[in-house]
Amino acid sequence: MAIFFGDDYEEKEEAKALIKSLAKLIEKLGDLEIENVEIRAEELTFILQPMVGVMAQAPQLLPKVEKAIETLLKTEFSPPIETYPGQIAEVQIGATRSDGGSRKKVVRIGGEKTMPFYSFEALNPNRLAFAMDVFDMPVVLAKSVKQHFEDVMHDPADWAKRCVEDFGAEIISLNLISTDPLIKDTSAKDAAKTVERVLQAVDVPLIIGGSGNKAKDPFVLEAAAEVASGERCILNSANIDNDYKRIARAAKKYGHIVVAFTPMDINNQKKLNRLLLDEGLSKEQIIIDPTTAALGYGLDYTLSLMERIKLAGLLGDSDLQMPILASTSNSWGAREAWMKSEEWGPREYRGPLWETVTTITAMMAGGDLFMLSHPATVRVIKGLMENLYGEVDTDQRIQDWITDIGM
Amino acid sequence: MPEKVTLLSVYRFLPQTNCGECGEPNCMAFASKLLERKFTPENCPPLKKPKYKEQMAKLIELIAPPIKEVTIGTGNSIVKIGGKEVMYRHELTYHNPTAIAIDVSDTMDDGKIVETCKAIETISLVRIGETLKLNMVAVRCASKDPDRFSYVTSLVARSCNLPLILCSFDPKNLKAALEKGQVANKRPLLYAASEENWREVSELAKQYDCPVVIFAPNNLTLLKSLIKTLQAIGIRDIVMDPGSYTEGKLLKDSINNLVMIRRAAIQRGDKDLSYPIMAVPAIVWMGEKQDPITASYKEAYIASLFMNRYADLLIMHTLEIWALLPVLTLRQNIYTDPRKPVSVEPGLRAIGKPDEKSPVFLTTNFALTYFTVANDLESAGINCYLLVLNTEGLAVEVSVAGGQFNSSNVKDLFLSSGVEKMVKHNKLIIPGMAARLKGEIEDSTNWEVIVGPRDSSQIKGFLTKYWA
Repeated sequence: MAIFFGDDYEEKEEAKALIKSLAKLIEKLGDLEIENVEIRAEELTFILQPMVGVMAQAPQLLPKVEKAIETLLKTEFSPPIETYPGQIAEVQIGATRSDGGSRKKVVRIGGEKTMPFYSFEALNPNRLAFAMDVFDMPVVLAKSVKQHFEDVMHDPADWAKRCVEDFGAEIISLNLISTDPLIKDTSAKDAAKTVERVLQAVDVPLIIGGSGNKAKDPFVLEAAAEVASGERCILNSANIDNDYKRIARAAKKYGHIVVAFTPMDINNQKKLNRLLLDEGLSKEQIIIDPTTAALGYGLDYTLSLMERIKLAGLLGDSDLQMPILASTSNSWGAREAWMKSEEWGPREYRGPLWETVTTITAMMAGGDLFMLSHPATVRVIKGLMENLYGEVDTDQRIQDWITDIGM
Repeated sequence: MPEKVTLLSVYRFLPQTNCGECGEPNCMAFASKLLERKFTPENCPPLKKPKYKEQMAKLIELIAPPIKEVTIGTGNSIVKIGGKEVMYRHELTYHNPTAIAIDVSDTMDDGKIVETCKAIETISLVRIGETLKLNMVAVRCASKDPDRFSYVTSLVARSCNLPLILCSFDPKNLKAALEKGQVANKRPLLYAASEENWREVSELAKQYDCPVVIFAPNNLTLLKSLIKTLQAIGIRDIVMDPGSYTEGKLLKDSINNLVMIRRAAIQRGDKDLSYPIMAVPAIVWMGEKQDPITASYKEAYIASLFMNRYADLLIMHTLEIWALLPVLTLRQNIYTDPRKPVSVEPGLRAIGKPDEKSPVFLTTNFALTYFTVANDLESAGINCYLLVLNTEGLAVEVSVAGGQFNSSNVKDLFLSSGVEKMVKHNKLIIPGMAARLKGEIEDSTNWEVIVGPRDSSQIKGFLTKYWA
C-alpha cells in the first residue's frame, strides 16, 4: 500500500535526501530489476514506477515520485479544429419545374468543408444521398434482393416506382444494360424511351447508366440526355478511354451531370476530371466514381482512395473537388452477401448487412452519393444518418451497461 | 503539430558504421526501414551494446508511435492495441488490428459460461489465407456480488486461453476478482476507472500492474482530467472509453469524440490523450428483451462505424456468425497494409496435377481475385491450369470496364505462357463477369471460349455440367 507525499514535498529537505539516496541505489542496482521496489523511510513510501525497457536501465534518470492525489487534476480539453483551404463543389441533382425540369424535389450533394460527420469543426451543408438500382431488363440478383422486386423486374418504370414509393429511394439509378451488343443490343433510341418512361413514372432525380460498352455507351447516354433535357440527370459514365467528349457535350447541351469513372487510380481520376473540365463542364457538373469494391474484396482500396480524394479536395486540389459516387450495391458481388452457407449463417441477414457495412465504410471515407440494392440497407442507413446528423433526440444512458445488458 | 521524424534524425542515433549486421547495406537503409516500421531498434545488433545504451533509449523515444501500444494479458495469451501513428491508413498503415472481445455475464449459469468461452475461442474464419478470430473475453459483473464475480472470473480463465477484461464500476468487485479470481498475474484489462471510483481502481491497477480503462462518457474534459490524474499516480497503461452511445444525437457525439481525441494525440501531440481507444457496441443490447436479430444487426454496423473511426478495442455481445463475419472482414480490410502490392505475377499456374486434358481457366492478377479463384479450385480438388492475366492489379469487373482485361492482352498471355503446348484441347474458360469479351478472345486466340460462372465458388458445379 503506498502512502504518498503531501503537496509541499518539494520543499522538504528529507525528501531531497531521499531522492539522492534512491538515485545512488539505482546506480548500484545497475541492470538489475528495479520494478516495484519499495523503500520505506519514516512514514513516507516511494513507489518506483515500472519503467519500460532501456529507460529502467538508465542510471542518470531519477525515478518519478508521485504526490498523494486526493482530487482530480484539473485540465481543459479544446477541440482540435482544423480549417481547410478548399471546399468540395456542390452538385444539384434533378431539376424542378422552376428550373427547367419536372422533378418534385432536387437532391444536393457535396459542398463539404470537412470530412464526413466531423461536426465538431464544421457542418457540411448537404446530406449524403441514396439511390436505388433499377435495370432495364430482368437481371440476376441475389435472392434476398430479388424477392422485393421479382414482380416488377420486367418493367423498369414499375421497378423504379417500387423503389420510390415503397422503399423511399431519393434517386433512381437506371442501368440501361440491355443496350450491350452482347446482351440485347437495344438501340440508343429505344433505351431513351425507357428513360422517358421512368421519368414519367417517378418524380425523383435519375442517374442514367450505360452498359459498360465503351463504344456504345456515349451514344446511349447522348440519346438519353436529349430526351431528359433539363432534368439534371447524372450520366454514368465518362471514362478516360471512351468518347467522354460526346458525353460531356451532351451534358452541357441538355443540362446534365457527368460521372467521371476510373478503375481505382487517383492519377487517372485527376486526369479525367481535368479533361472533363477542359470540355467546359463546371465542377458542379461532375461527380467522381473512383470504383467501389465490396467489403472483403478491395474495400480497403476504395476507402483509402475516397479519403485521399476528399482530403486532397479539402486541401485545395481543384481537380479533386467534386462529390464522390459510391456504387455500394457492388457489395452484392461478394459471395458472403448472397451465397448459401451454413458456416456463415443465414444469408437473409448476412446479405443486407454486407451492403450496410460496405456503405458505412464508404460514408465515413468521403462518399456523397450511394447506390443501394436492398430495402433493409436503405432503411438502416437512413436511420443512421438521422442520428449522425443529430436530428434524433435521445436520453440514452449507458452508465449501467455492465449490469443492464440482457443475456 | 508534433515534429515529423525524419530519416536524418533517426540516422543520428545509429552507430553509423555501416556494418551490415542487420542485413541492410548501410545505416541509412536501416534508418529508412525503421521509419517504415519494418524494423525496430532491436534489429540493429551493435545498438544493443552497452556503449550505445543512451542512443538506443533516445532512438526508442524518437520513433515511439504517438498512440501508446498497450499490452493486455501475458505469455502466449496477449493482445496488443494502439500503437497507431496516422489518422488515415494511406499515410502509412494502421498497426495492431482492433481487438474484439465478447462479453460473458456472471449471471449466466456455469455451463453456459464455459460453453460461451469455448465458442469465443473456437470461432474462426479463413479469408484469403488469413484466419480471422475473436481476441478477448469481457467478464461482466452483472450479479453485483464480488464472490460470484471472482468465481466466474476464475471459471472463464480456466475455460479459455484468451486475455480478459474485468468489467465492473464497483472497485470491490474488481478487487475480489483480482484477489481470488486467479487472474492477478495475467494482466487483465480493468474496466473501468470513472469520476466516482478512480482512487480505488487506480490503486488496483498499480498493485496488480494491470492496464486500466478510463470511462468518461461524452465528457472529454473529464476524460483528460482522469488520465492526467492516473498518469500522476503512476499508471502507464491506459485505454480510453469516451462512451459508446448508439442512438440519436449522442451517437453523433460519440463519433466526434473519437475523431477529436485521436486527432489531438496524433496531430496536436496531446500526451494526455495518446492512448488506445475502446468502444462498446454491446450497448445496443441494453434494456428489456432485445430481438436478437435486430440487435445483432445493429451491433455489427455500430461496431463497423466505430472501427472505421479509430476504435482499437471493441466489446461486443453477439455470437451470431452472420453478424461477426462482416465486422471481422472489415477489420481485415482496414488493417491490410496499403503498401502491400495489390497484384500477383501474371503467367500460367498449375493447380493440383493437371494433364493435357485438364481445363484452362483465365483470371486477373488482382491479388484478391487470384487467391480467391486459386483457393476455390484447390479446395474443390480440380486439376487444371490457371492463366493469370496482367490487369494491372484490377479485379475482373473493374478491368473489363477499364479495358485492362482485353483480347490482345489475353493473346499475349497465350504466347508468353506457352499454354498451347500444355494441353491437347483448345478450350478456355473465362470469368462470367468477362462474358462480353467471349467473341473478341475467340478471334484473338483461335480457341473456343466458354463463359464460366460469375463466382469461382461455383466452378465445380459448372465443370460437371460443361466439361466432359
